[in-house]
Amino acid sequence: MKKLKITPIKNGTVIDHIKPGMALKVIRILNISDGSEKEVAIAMFTKSKKLGKKDLIKVEDMELGPQDVNKLAILTPNASISIIRDFKVVKKFKVELPEQVEGIAKCENLNCITNQKEPVEPKLIRTFDNPPRYRCFYCGRDQEDVTKNVI
Amino acid sequence: MTLKGRDIVNIGDLTLDEIDTILRTAEDMVPVARGESKSKIMDGKVLASLFFEASTRTRLSFETAMHRLGGSVITIAGLEGTSLIKGETLADTIRMADAYSDIITLRHPREGAARMSATFARAPIINGGDGAGQHPTQTLLDLFTIKQSLGDIGKRHITIVGDLRYGRTVHSLSLALGRMGASMSFVAPDIIQMPDHIISDLRDMGASVRKTSDLVSEIPNSDVIYMTRIQKERFAEEEEYRKVAGAFKLDIKMIENARENMIVMHPLPRVDEIHPEIDPTKHAAYFRQAFNGVPVRMALLKLVLEGPQ
Repeated sequence: MKKLKITPIKNGTVIDHIKPGMALKVIRILNISDGSEKEVAIAMFTKSKKLGKKDLIKVEDMELGPQDVNKLAILTPNASISIIRDFKVVKKFKVELPEQVEGIAKCENLNCITNQKEPVEPKLIRTFDNPPRYRCFYCGRDQEDVTKNVI
Repeated sequence: MTLKGRDIVNIGDLTLDEIDTILRTAEDMVPVARGESKSKIMDGKVLASLFFEASTRTRLSFETAMHRLGGSVITIAGLEGTSLIKGETLADTIRMADAYSDIITLRHPREGAARMSATFARAPIINGGDGAGQHPTQTLLDLFTIKQSLGDIGKRHITIVGDLRYGRTVHSLSLALGRMGASMSFVAPDIIQMPDHIISDLRDMGASVRKTSDLVSEIPNSDVIYMTRIQKERFAEEEEYRKVAGAFKLDIKMIENARENMIVMHPLPRVDEIHPEIDPTKHAAYFRQAFNGVPVRMALLKLVLEGPQ
């Protein structure tokens, strides 16, 4: 089978080892396709030695802020990020599951006070590493699937 | 760690030593709660009693506790007449109450309301129940009632009956009992049985617990039978409620083989879970339990506002 080729980027970010099938959600949540016409390449369900299958995203002229990295960690905890400047990888790191996240994912309990019109950001505290589990700081609800509620 | 200035939101925030301090202080408060001796330790202090959801015992016992200790109370009972109806946020209402009072007790229909309020208020917040979430002062008065009746809590067997899935009081009560070394039976139909995460937390702490739907065979081995009302308002579907309503009713015949000092408890209000013929027996502890809300809440007011001495 012919190998899929994605051209290198000059400046920007490569997000690799994304959970297969999650790339489009990552694009949407990180607001990558924000209408600014920056170049974005997406590969989905490509072969991976580590994961079997994986997705990959390359974005020109964009670097992720700490909140974006936390969102990515929740969506796809095995992802790695490479920062590219002038075609060279200047920084490469694996995302790390944050101990707590504020303003990143809504509490799944619809009756939680953070889902009402109150001046408070949802805050989730990690209770278990593998698989990652989070609990709402306010209502105490253990989240079934935090990836569904990333804002 | 001292309880002075602390928010009391979740029973899990309190260590066993702190719970013990609260229960011992409550014991000292009983004569004042009965009106047999007088206290002025809350003289000049104001309790804001904010009850945005129906409550009889919790609100009245908090307010009685403050009055008995010589303090004053400002109160909201129900949404009517409050700015929340005009669209004010709870956060703003709390900031206002915070400016008027020294301590705030709050009941609200949304889970997490007390924890959020604590982030906006300088004054300590005591959670009087938030939605289907926590109700720590109920747990404290339940523990106080068991200790007062049986002398100790560890190694006792407590049978908890009724709405174990949605019941606000039974989750925090069972976790506290587990921490104290009690064993438990959970009696309910499958649809309203104790949630798995509570069972797993209890087993993680080494507590011996079992689920069953057979109340009668649990009675001879129980030190406490804790009955609860199946709450219609916690069910999304009327059909689901009707399937389980009235599933367990305790009558005098059923407790014939009970242990001599077994007590029957109920957070009240009851509907028909406990037959009134049990009321005059030595086993009935539920009215004493309701009274105990006063000394336990007095103890909390004292410890949170004044410290231990």
